[in-house]
Amino acid sequence: MTMLPSLPTPKKLGLVIDLDVCVGCHACVISCKEWNTGGYGAALSDQDPYGSDVSGTFLNRIHTFEVTPDGGEVVGEAGDARIVHFPKSCLHCEDAPCVTVCPTGASYKRSSDGIVLVDEDKCIGCGLCAWACPYGAREMDLAAGVMKKCTLCVDRIYNETLAEIDRVPSCVRTCPANARHYGDFADPASNVSIMVAERGGIALMPEQGTRPVNKYLPPRPRKPLASTLPLAENTDGAKGFFAWLDGMLDRI
Amino acid sequence: MHPAPSIILFTTLSGLGYGLAAVLGFGLLDPSATATKLAHVLALALIAGGLISSTLHLGNPQRAWRAFSQWRSSWLSREGVMAVLTFVPLGINAIASVWSGRYLPLPGMLGAVFCGVTVFCTAMIYASLKSVHAWNTEWTPVSYLLFALAGGLVLASFFSALGGNAHPMLPFLAVIAIGAAWLSKAYWWARLGATAALSTSESATGLGFIGKVRLFEPPHMNGNYLTREMGFRVARKHAARLRQIAVISGGVLPALLLAVAALSGGPSAALAVAMSGVAALLVFGGTLVERWLFFAEARHAVMNYYGS
Repeated sequence: MTMLPSLPTPKKLGLVIDLDVCVGCHACVISCKEWNTGGYGAALSDQDPYGSDVSGTFLNRIHTFEVTPDGGEVVGEAGDARIVHFPKSCLHCEDAPCVTVCPTGASYKRSSDGIVLVDEDKCIGCGLCAWACPYGAREMDLAAGVMKKCTLCVDRIYNETLAEIDRVPSCVRTCPANARHYGDFADPASNVSIMVAERGGIALMPEQGTRPVNKYLPPRPRKPLASTLPLAENTDGAKGFFAWLDGMLDRI
Repeated sequence: MHPAPSIILFTTLSGLGYGLAAVLGFGLLDPSATATKLAHVLALALIAGGLISSTLHLGNPQRAWRAFSQWRSSWLSREGVMAVLTFVPLGINAIASVWSGRYLPLPGMLGAVFCGVTVFCTAMIYASLKSVHAWNTEWTPVSYLLFALAGGLVLASFFSALGGNAHPMLPFLAVIAIGAAWLSKAYWWARLGATAALSTSESATGLGFIGKVRLFEPPHMNGNYLTREMGFRVARKHAARLRQIAVISGGVLPALLLAVAALSGGPSAALAVAMSGVAALLVFGGTLVERWLFFAEARHAVMNYYGS
């Protein structure tokens, strides 16, 4: 049934992604594709995989953005702009618009832990849920004709045949920089809740009213580049011997 | 948004079909005339053709029957349910006219109302999506309903003239409906031009607190399902020209043709048939362009992550 759970789910499982830590290595993209092409549901197909126009289904993609502060300069590597690597997968929204638009009941949000899933045997591949999602979390698999999305590795996190350390989503387990964290947002004492509280975790596009469960930790503030220039290039703040030397060198 | 031909054809054809069926349901055409019988058949064919073409973009059309199950939350499911329900009164009306040349008021009126509800459900599929700013307005269902009504009245004018016993009010009603439809579209376009989208690259990334956000590298070298499905956006200069083409071919010319045909004090019957027939074709063409623009001008919020 494509109605959302009427009560808040007792667990809110999701991810915290630390934008200050992510180095943009794409390891989580590959690990996600590898696990999920052999796991839950249809394989994640590629089209024209060895040709020039290769494309395929991915549940997790990394975008890289350049952010320029107001009045900041963009001068190659010496400018004030900064690069932020931005991993993006399903946010398992509390008010998931992709669920309610589904005409067949294939798209649903679990009332136990809040994970948003697609029952592929019911999916007709109309694509309306992908239209409803403002985040681009859903991609139609062109070979299977069904909608694919992040399952939060539902086939790992409850899988008792795996060692306990592996019972986290594949992207979290593989991240070499420790930028991705998995936990229960309904528990205020959980690792993810504490991180979000301490670092001011961000919800993406809150104005869309989707109430995403996943949160992003913002990049930490950075000093303006000018203030970190070595003294030889910028002598304004020189004192003592260096001030004397600066003055002497100016005079000769 | 990618203007998929199957969906553009579906909304245009079924809109015309439901409009014609609704006008027939009000009993404005002589039910015993052969032209009216043809009109009933055409209305059903347009609706059925539209529905069939709408299944062409499905990944698994063999499971399409499941789409009738989620009417409590999904406008697409509601549309499917209403489309099937509407066939019942429309079928009864068509049989009554084709076989016994009679008009039945009760199924007629019921069918007309159902036609309106079905078109409303179609429009709400788009209007309910917050992720597409251009569509997320009450002007979307208003213009869908008025375009269906205008198309139906123009087609009815043609069949009424073809039947020989032309209803004098139909061309006037058609001209009024054409004007109202394009007026609603003007409001839709004005809103699109005057309001900013709900979300920006800054709110999509949460990085607006640092400054201006620009895509530096996309996630992959080539496009993907999202960029193909939602990355389409028509150039502004072409959009302006296409809007003019749509308004002239779908609004100004057919309205002039119908007005001349009606005001010239009953020209020869053949001329009235020809003029209203050409008007109907022009409305069809203009609505196709309008519907293409409906998709091509709409920008999806996900494009905030793709730098366009």
